[in-house]
Amino acid sequence: MPVPEVTDSFTGSVNRITLGATKENGGTRSSTVAVGGAQNVVYGGSTEDAGEKPVVAMDVLDSKPEDWPDALVKPYKDVLDSPGDWAKMCVEEFGAELICIRFEGIHPDKGDKDASHAVKVTEEVLKAVGVPLILWGCGNDEKDNEVMPKVSGAAKGEKCLIGTIKEDNYKSLTAIALADGHFLISEAPLDINIAKQINILASDMGFPLERIVTFQATGALGYGIEYAYSIQERQRIAALSGDKIMAMPVICDVGYESWRAKEAKLEDAPGWGQVKDRGPMWETATAICLLQAGVDIIRMRHPRAVATVKNFISQIWKG
Amino acid sequence: MALTGLEIFKLLPKTNCKKCGMPTCLAFAMQLAQKRAKLEDCPDVSDEAKEKLAAAAAPPMQKVVFGTGDNQVQLGQETVIFRHEEKFYSPTVLAATVSDKLTGDDLKKRIDAVNSLHFERVGTKIGVRAVAVTNDSGESEPFVQAAAAVKDAGDPPLILVTDSAEAMAAAVAKVSDSVPLLASATPETAEAMAKIAKENNCPLVAKAESIEALSELSEKIKAQGVEDIVLSLDGLSIRDQLFNLSRIRVLSLKKVFRPLGYPTISFVADGDSDEQTAVATSLICKYSGIVVVDTVEPHAFLPMLTAVMNIYSDPQKPVQVEPKVYPIGEPNADSPVMFTTNFSLTYYTVESDVEASRIPSYILVVDTEGTSVLTAYSGDKLNEKTVADAMTKNGIEDLVKHRKLIIPGYVAVMSGKLEEATNWEIMVGPRECSMLPKYLQEVWK
Repeated sequence: MPVPEVTDSFTGSVNRITLGATKENGGTRSSTVAVGGAQNVVYGGSTEDAGEKPVVAMDVLDSKPEDWPDALVKPYKDVLDSPGDWAKMCVEEFGAELICIRFEGIHPDKGDKDASHAVKVTEEVLKAVGVPLILWGCGNDEKDNEVMPKVSGAAKGEKCLIGTIKEDNYKSLTAIALADGHFLISEAPLDINIAKQINILASDMGFPLERIVTFQATGALGYGIEYAYSIQERQRIAALSGDKIMAMPVICDVGYESWRAKEAKLEDAPGWGQVKDRGPMWETATAICLLQAGVDIIRMRHPRAVATVKNFISQIWKG
Repeated sequence: MALTGLEIFKLLPKTNCKKCGMPTCLAFAMQLAQKRAKLEDCPDVSDEAKEKLAAAAAPPMQKVVFGTGDNQVQLGQETVIFRHEEKFYSPTVLAATVSDKLTGDDLKKRIDAVNSLHFERVGTKIGVRAVAVTNDSGESEPFVQAAAAVKDAGDPPLILVTDSAEAMAAAVAKVSDSVPLLASATPETAEAMAKIAKENNCPLVAKAESIEALSELSEKIKAQGVEDIVLSLDGLSIRDQLFNLSRIRVLSLKKVFRPLGYPTISFVADGDSDEQTAVATSLICKYSGIVVVDTVEPHAFLPMLTAVMNIYSDPQKPVQVEPKVYPIGEPNADSPVMFTTNFSLTYYTVESDVEASRIPSYILVVDTEGTSVLTAYSGDKLNEKTVADAMTKNGIEDLVKHRKLIIPGYVAVMSGKLEEATNWEIMVGPRECSMLPKYLQEVWK
């Protein structure tokens, strides 16, 4: 009996974007990163349909983190209060393809640092590494609106990915990202309709849909990953069926979410294995799961998890 | 793929003879479609129609079981490609290997290590569900010994892994009453292996290097009278394996291509424990019915098992936590009490942030049928009555000396009524629970 043909009737694809600007393009990056472009579901069709290979963005915090578990502090212990050195280590030693500066320290409750601090950190990191940057606010709307436009300006022309814009707080960041030539991250709380809404709002302000990356919120393994997984699969299917509002590449925040898990942090858990192994494994498995649903940029933290995930990606995606 | 009443009608004699008890052939067809009538009731139906109807009634992916008693595992019967369409049916069976090169204490230690891979997560027991005995020695006798030793240690579902029909026959003879899964028949050994499987009533793995070869092989085995087949792609890179597993899933479910209408098994032997976890996790998500790994590290098994649990959860039913009081840290009579809903995501987020505050606390989980705070409030599942009832039921009054209840910031509006219903002082917590640590550290004190 001959095996039947499997034909897909997809009409759309995930947008392909290139982050980072080299000298020729008006920036100072030594390399750029292309993501997106998938023309089928993950492992659907042929390997040529898989698009650009997913990339790992490693987190660098603007201020020394106070609440990180020991296993996560250890690889960075000498650089935690120097974002430039920290970023350099991620790129040179751990193979980060992007650096995500997370401006946690500007949050009113976590240091309340001002715009000049954030700008200084941005400049430091831009100088220390040549990879494209992601600039991620603290989540407090008021403070982000005050600080992130300055951060955007400090990296003007570098084609960074900057975020996040939300349904009820998108105007100032969208305007400045447009002016400074950056890409935007639109954030929705595990809700496809809200995700669409934000993209429409940004688009209505004249921001090109082709310069948006979506963040649908991430749940760690064991903590809601099934919701993120299915939203991601549905977004990919929407993109493939030609929905331009949902054709964006996808970013997920695996590092932060997986290191919140009890399994990653709990020191004394007989029968679970050692805590130094559990954290990296939890982060690895969370990232791998989400890769199966279709994500393009993965924010990660532990070098061991990054190495395993990058190795997996290199075995699956060409290029 | 189920046929509609009209499709069935076309296969019937259309004589309206009423011998089946129905007034017309169409009425009978409708009853058949709803599985309220049996085809045998029609004395005049053609053999061709019988065959077509029987084929259409069979599930697109065969059910296969192995092991016995409480340990028996079940594979197959999947119906969808994406988990948001419908719940994936048979959770991936994670198996660990025991090599027959091991003897004496080493063998015992390995078996103990495999058997200890059991955990409890959110009130559910998860763990290794099968043991794959591998014929690495290449000889029959050690294979028999190892299989017997695994059987003696708790009789878990067994997978006998050998390419030698001779070794397989010898091992099956020893453990056939455990109904092991025989892995594997190749195009070369198909006849001999199928014979062993048939004689001992055991399911058989068909192993080949391409989808085409696999289809031929499964047909060949089926022709020998073995119905319970598990498919294995052999000798492929992980990329080709994953692409082919997806193609098999589509061919079996969407095209109802019977030669591939069976569950699958994958072996993950390469690389260290971390790499195996990564590859196994991808195979769990992408349709492998059984994943066999070499690692027996608990820190590798816990995430893999959790992945099975999450991917195979019901997308239509929110995952819930048990509505009760959860002590975080070691709270005492002066510790804060707060409530949230029993939607697992909501609860875990609150739990994690309360833990982060390092202030021992009680979290009272109110049964809101798995909805989040705002949804539950608008649906009237979270109101002063449900909260007060939960407080009484869980004896909150006896847990703490104070009478202060922290409520989610999003339902500040219910403070007044709740205060009346409980006579407790209501403290309105933050809207975002990421602010809980600060709230507990500063406002609570």
